Amino acid sequence: MYDLYAEEILDHYKFPRNKGKMDDPDLIYHDTNPFCGDEVTLMLKVEDGRVVDVKWDGRGCTISQAAASMLSEEIKGKTLEELRHWGKEEMLDLLGIPLGPVRIKCALLPLKALKAAAWGITTWPHEEDEE
Amino acid sequence: MTSEPVQTMTFDPARVREDFPILHQEVHGKPLVYLDNTASAQKPRQVIAALTSVYESTYANVHRGIHYLSEAATQKYEDARRKVARFINARSTREVVFVRNTTEAINLVAYAWGLANLQPGDEVLITEMEHHSNIVPWQLVCQRTGATLRWVPITQEGLLDMDALDQLLTERTRIFAFTAMSNVLGTINPVRELVERAHAVGALALVDGAQSVPHTVTDVQAWDCDFLAFSGHKMCGPSGIGILYGKRELLEAMPPFLGGGEMIREVRMTGSTWNELPHKFEAGTPAIAEAIALGAAVDYLSALGMENIAAHERELVHYAYERLQEVAGLRILGPGPDARGGLIAFTMESAHPHDIAAILDAEGIAIRAGHHCAQPVHDRYGIVASARASFYIYNDRSDVDALVQALHRVNAVFGF
Repeated sequence: MYDLYAEEILDHYKFPRNKGKMDDPDLIYHDTNPFCGDEVTLMLKVEDGRVVDVKWDGRGCTISQAAASMLSEEIKGKTLEELRHWGKEEMLDLLGIPLGPVRIKCALLPLKALKAAAWGITTWPHEEDEE
Repeated sequence: MTSEPVQTMTFDPARVREDFPILHQEVHGKPLVYLDNTASAQKPRQVIAALTSVYESTYANVHRGIHYLSEAATQKYEDARRKVARFINARSTREVVFVRNTTEAINLVAYAWGLANLQPGDEVLITEMEHHSNIVPWQLVCQRTGATLRWVPITQEGLLDMDALDQLLTERTRIFAFTAMSNVLGTINPVRELVERAHAVGALALVDGAQSVPHTVTDVQAWDCDFLAFSGHKMCGPSGIGILYGKRELLEAMPPFLGGGEMIREVRMTGSTWNELPHKFEAGTPAIAEAIALGAAVDYLSALGMENIAAHERELVHYAYERLQEVAGLRILGPGPDARGGLIAFTMESAHPHDIAAILDAEGIAIRAGHHCAQPVHDRYGIVASARASFYIYNDRSDVDALVQALHRVNAVFGF
């Protein structure tokens, strides 16, 4: 279970990448996870369909904040078209730790913010089935 | 009602623990330390046996059949009501309504009493330390009726601001609904005094007893409260059964909450008339076995003695309060140990509450993390969440010691 607090996760939590504010973001979305009280705001600059800058801000548990930090590194430079097919599996692979049904919500919060910011998608397909 | 003397036994948490099968297991290879009692308490084998016994020997629908099983089930169901009435010192069993839980009890009052009695210009008074179940029903009913919801603030220390209360309680106040004990701060409120102040301006008083009834003596006649709401599952009873106590004349005057079977006297195509109390508020087949098992829980707690339970938790929370000071960066929410019940919510500089709970879980320790269904109180102190350890009859100092040791581990994991 201490896998949850693997070195890389703790490193992102303590030294978050791309955390801060962005002036005039092209896309912005704020989302919360009521279970833990996690908050993430994702801000993107997009040029010709490509994410040229990412900032995020938030507060919450290690998993949600580390996930936001890792996601921000991952998506910078990618096109929205590439990211469109980027989903749960990829996010969980990125984190590389086993997560139970409760903490998975923390892990996916930044990705949810991305989906909502970029494509206005606010629900996961088959979300109810999986919970 | 006259109270029957109950046989008391010496209070010994180690012996109590023997009655709780679930506590005798390992979690993640460590002995389970259950400190999430504010969310829900575990069940002794006496309560589990009562549930089983109903289904194995005396189960049928209540207040319906003429046959043996239905009569036996009805007898036991009504016996449980008598036990609860005695436990809270109600004048009559007619004042004890079986509901699902505290939330449903408060909704019953908010809708049945509130919709019939509130109008624009009226005020409903609650406090900043309420659980969502004593906030949201009033927000909904105020929206429907045009009444205004007002909040009694809390002091930095975590007590109700009694000066502000004086300003807020006016002749416009129709009901003052407050918790007897905060599920986050642990604050024990002066129930008798708060009821008296409400009555002084002509307002009704509803007490949310979810956190107090399982842990200390309850006396609705001494308090003189108009309504009391509490849940069975926090007092060693099953989930799905709770209690609304209401003064008889108020319950008589209120329209029904839910309509259906059991709650009616006569149903005609032109309209219906209502059954007598408390059945008027018990529409549909109730939680029969759960109510009967709640009666067994009342017997169990009464045999331990509510005063003994309160003294045990007081001793334990003092010990925990002191020992938690040893943990670097730990901040306790709410007042000192003299003014609180058996729970301690806290934050840590090193870790988010969720991470604290996850690391403690790995050590076999169950605590709660989050906003505990009380967001306004967290907002009040500028935090989004907290971790909470809460005690009950089967906890002792060794559980506190395990907690403190694991919290040091949290700091170690985060390099604090």
